Amino acid sequence: MPTNVQAGESRAIGLSPWTWKAFALPGVVWLVALFVVPLYGVVAVAMGRLHPVFLRPLPVWNPLRWDPSAFGDVGQELFGGQLGAIALRTITYVAAASLLCVLIGYPVAYFVSRKVEKHKTLWLAALLAPFWINYLMRMMAWVNLLSTDGLVNVTLEALGLAPQAWLEGRHTTVVLGLVYGYLPFFILPLYAALDRIDHQVLEAARDLGASARAAFWRVTLPLSRQGILAGLVLVMLPMFGDYYTPNLLSGSPRTRMIGNQIDQFINQTASQGGRGAALTLILMASIAVLMLYYLRTVARATREAG
Amino acid sequence: MRAPFLRLFTLAYVAWSILPVLIAVQFSFNSGRSRSTWQGFSLRWYLHDAASVARDDSLRLALVQSLRLATLTMLVATPIGVALAIGLARWKGRGAKASNFLMLVPLVTPELVMGVAFFLIFANLYDFVTFGTFAQVLGHVTFAISFVVIIVRGRLFAIGRDYEEAAMDLGASPRQALRRVLLPLLAPAIFASLAIVFAISIDDFVISQFLAAGVDSVTIPVRLYSGARMAPPPSLNALATLMLVGTLAAVTIAGLVLRRYSRREGSDQGAVAALGRFEL
Repeated sequence: MPTNVQAGESRAIGLSPWTWKAFALPGVVWLVALFVVPLYGVVAVAMGRLHPVFLRPLPVWNPLRWDPSAFGDVGQELFGGQLGAIALRTITYVAAASLLCVLIGYPVAYFVSRKVEKHKTLWLAALLAPFWINYLMRMMAWVNLLSTDGLVNVTLEALGLAPQAWLEGRHTTVVLGLVYGYLPFFILPLYAALDRIDHQVLEAARDLGASARAAFWRVTLPLSRQGILAGLVLVMLPMFGDYYTPNLLSGSPRTRMIGNQIDQFINQTASQGGRGAALTLILMASIAVLMLYYLRTVARATREAG
Repeated sequence: MRAPFLRLFTLAYVAWSILPVLIAVQFSFNSGRSRSTWQGFSLRWYLHDAASVARDDSLRLALVQSLRLATLTMLVATPIGVALAIGLARWKGRGAKASNFLMLVPLVTPELVMGVAFFLIFANLYDFVTFGTFAQVLGHVTFAISFVVIIVRGRLFAIGRDYEEAAMDLGASPRQALRRVLLPLLAPAIFASLAIVFAISIDDFVISQFLAAGVDSVTIPVRLYSGARMAPPPSLNALATLMLVGTLAAVTIAGLVLRRYSRREGSDQGAVAALGRFEL
């Protein structure tokens, strides 16, 4: 019986490496065929032409025959045209909503991870619940409340105040809707990061004379930085791709985001498919930093776990 | 340590995040047509009214389509994801690293980008894929695979290789060790994956919408989206409530299974990660 580590190692693998590759094969093939190829398809359509008769986009698969004119059109509208205003609005909305996520989310995550002693599972369940309540249902709930004859206006009238048209192109409604929709995605990774901080580190800080306030600012906050960044990435990525929140909570051109423009190019006007694809790629390139940051964090966590 | 202000703040947050939904649920049971004035309890909007979930075609079809998609996605994505997780955990080499990266990218890709990509590829290159259920299942499986891999991989790391090695020391062939030791040990993760995939498929909106073709392939979230601003009767709330119950049931099952096993092994990070839909 081989007893040395080396032999045990190779026997643990047991089956030949080819077998493990065979296990991974269906999944890898699936992801190549239905993730990588479709993404390449977006490039092919963005770099493609318009069908002369049916006026729908024709993808060009050969990079040597690419025609980047859709990027030119989109670029022109981004710098100076109507798209520029939409892009700027998208960035402003996302920035404002993300800031609110930090301001509301940090105290909540901090409280549940550091201050709750009794019924922690219950508190955690309350933080997890919104994840599993469908986003559209949560938005519909607000449409109910904020519609002309909704509970909010009914209450205002009962108090003798004037009812408002909450759902008619208000920036604040859309930004608060984004905060409401995505805040849970910020709280959870932050909660995990705060929960991991060793109590003894804080005790050491206190023993060495730090006030509670100083211990928070100089120990807890820096140690939770990773969680804040991960949470921010998790809320910003879907916000940049959102089109349904402004549509449901406003529906007005005044609150149009980049996602609305892409949705319109792709789903409503077939002839604009090329521009829709180009705008999608520009969006992806702009948020690539966020995606890569998150991928790196995940890859690191996986290495540590393995 | 007491923190009365923080407690109040957190309570206010929890109320803000959950109360609107509870009110929407409440009004699905309203006996009147209003969604702001309570007129007594009834199941009118579930069963009896001509516009109820049971009798309005568009609502009933949405319910059926959501369940059909979730079931198909669950049955296709789980085996592929489990095999991929085992393969990636055991296969070492450059290809493994690239495949691992490839598996993670769908998790960080905005759904809008995936929706556009699927829409264009099914309209152009893969034109044998018809829009509607077929295309929707392909789309849902693609993003569900990564979730399965993450759930199963967490469990693979937790159980380690000792059991397999012991089985082979006792004379099991690698194949037997896999089938009679590893797979049974993975059972809770596989079961949890089924439930989570079911839930995320029901929950999906963007890909379902981009790949829908007519009323037959409208799912519940897509129906909520198109109906919410049209002054709908409370039957739309009833439809949403049914979806809520279905999702929460699936997730609770997954959570209980994962918790039971992870507690035995002393870590519930995996369960929190899986239920929070992200990698810690």
